Amino acid sequence: MLKIEDLTVEVNGKTLLHDVNLEVERGYTNVLFGPNGAGKSALMRTIMGFSEYRIVKGRILFNGEDITHLPIDERARRGLGIMMQRPPDMSGIKLRDLVKVASKGKKDPETLAENLDMKRFLDRDVNVGFSGGEIKRSELLQLAAQNPKLYLLDEPESGVDLVSIEQVGLTIKGLLAEGMDCPGERCTKGKSALIITHTGQVLDYVQADRGYILCNGTVMCSGNPMKMLEEIKNKGYEECVTCRLMK
Amino acid sequence: MQADEMSLKKRAESAVDKKASFGEDFELEKYEEGSKVSKPIEDLQSLDEESKRTLLQVGVIPSEEGRSGSLLVLDNAVSHSSLKDENVELMSTHKAMEKYEWLKDYSWKLVQVDADKYTAKTYLEDADGYFIRVPEGKKSSMPVQTCLMLGSKKAAQTVHNIIIVEEGASLDIITGCTSRKGVEEGLHLGISEMYIKKGATLNFTMIHNWAEQIGVRPRTVVHVEEGGTYVSNYICLKPVRSVQTYPTVRLEGKGAVTRLNTIAIAHAGSELDLGSRAIFNAPGTRAELISRTITIGGKLIARGEMIGNAKGAKGHLECKGLVLTDKGSQLAIPILEANVDDIELTHEAAVGKIAKDQVEYLMARGLTEDEAVGMIIRGFLDVGIRGIPEELREEIENTITQAAFGT
Repeated sequence: MLKIEDLTVEVNGKTLLHDVNLEVERGYTNVLFGPNGAGKSALMRTIMGFSEYRIVKGRILFNGEDITHLPIDERARRGLGIMMQRPPDMSGIKLRDLVKVASKGKKDPETLAENLDMKRFLDRDVNVGFSGGEIKRSELLQLAAQNPKLYLLDEPESGVDLVSIEQVGLTIKGLLAEGMDCPGERCTKGKSALIITHTGQVLDYVQADRGYILCNGTVMCSGNPMKMLEEIKNKGYEECVTCRLMK
Repeated sequence: MQADEMSLKKRAESAVDKKASFGEDFELEKYEEGSKVSKPIEDLQSLDEESKRTLLQVGVIPSEEGRSGSLLVLDNAVSHSSLKDENVELMSTHKAMEKYEWLKDYSWKLVQVDADKYTAKTYLEDADGYFIRVPEGKKSSMPVQTCLMLGSKKAAQTVHNIIIVEEGASLDIITGCTSRKGVEEGLHLGISEMYIKKGATLNFTMIHNWAEQIGVRPRTVVHVEEGGTYVSNYICLKPVRSVQTYPTVRLEGKGAVTRLNTIAIAHAGSELDLGSRAIFNAPGTRAELISRTITIGGKLIARGEMIGNAKGAKGHLECKGLVLTDKGSQLAIPILEANVDDIELTHEAAVGKIAKDQVEYLMARGLTEDEAVGMIIRGFLDVGIRGIPEELREEIENTITQAAFGT
């Protein structure tokens, strides 16, 4: 579904990511680990197409199509959807209206909001004065309306209280299973996801298939996400650097 | 002629060449005096389709459905006046002056005849206009609508309006100022004096919709007594040569409140010099002056001034301007003045382009760049008209969509 090849990205003339290779297959949920400042969010935002990220090398393929230089909305239309960590305040734009346009008028904002306990936010300005948890739920509400094929989730659990984490986790689980009648259909009908997580809490609700560790702007290794998480919890990321150097 | 009238006349005559403090100076001699006679229009629905559309675009409904009453000033003649709400008085200013001896105590008491050449001309021409009054404790069931229409080319329209909302009364007004199709050049001078008595409320919405070579010089002063509320929404979204206005609200009674909202779009060739001023002359008075302006090639000046003369006054001034092309300009001029202690006046001003991260955020939800910009602009302007009656909002939002996007 998503394939990233030798991707090198600059922001304001400074290299942020280099030679990144990564893949998310259809129906897979892959996880991106890495220390602060490693470039995880930058990678996710580059995949979505935000203009401050300049691709100087490599390419991004989505369902076999080269989308490296497509505008953001074209990517959204092809099925990419992002949950941002710090979305901008949208003064004057009601959440209800954004949900409506994101679903192209196909879904009822009330029903979608009901599931996420967001009904009372529908007539508020998007993100204005929202708490951390409310931002996450608002982002998920918009994604639910958008119904993408590939979910790019940037730290879905950060800033969310313990009670809401369950709600966020279960919502993501539900979204990823949408359109599937049984787990066997995952590779044909399932949604894909790339999730950035620091704490791994979201993985209590969503079964992850593969983990990647991003360090110093590039992918250091990939493997079993739960094992990786355990390693990281025990030893941190220091070893990743040496591990890579040893190779 | 009485002594005070004599002195007013003298003062006006001395000001016939007095330039206004702001805005392009119009040579009045180049314009013909607007006609003071016009065939009465019994029913606004009998107007031709074009004129009806013109009315609708400024929130004036020809069928008068949902309105307490209607008054139309065409050039310098009051050509239609109808009323169906017993709680409201609506007539031409001239008729009201004849009917009420006491009205002279209200006429030309807030706006100074010698403020500039435009006020002087309006006084010296003995301009007519609308008079609206709600008696003590009464409430208009629906908004009163008035329309000031420039009907002849190169004409100078002069209008003098007086609004009185008596103690505990409440009134909604929608005023549409516009020009007849084909009238691309002219001048509109409009004097408005508004009195909001103790505990009374006036919601005043004004929609301007002129043409490319029309100069507009409204002069408005509002007097608010104890516990009174004055809310104004000013909307100007279509091309015009020049509008310069600086309505002043005097909060004269304890706890008086005002909120002035301005939304405007400056097209190429337009100069909009739009101000709002609140003067806090009594304790515990409050004001909120909000302006949301966009330039798509024209010059926009957003002035805001708050003068605190009494303790416990509290005000917030907000000027936000978007610049959508390289050719237009935005100038925000906030002024705060505190003359006693225990006053809280704040301001927030910002001018610039649409934030890219906002556009891209919406694009990531599948909107095209144009759709995203459109949604942001609508949202931006929407903040400026919050708090007005729901049914009016819809009309104004339609106007915004029409004006900004031509759809």
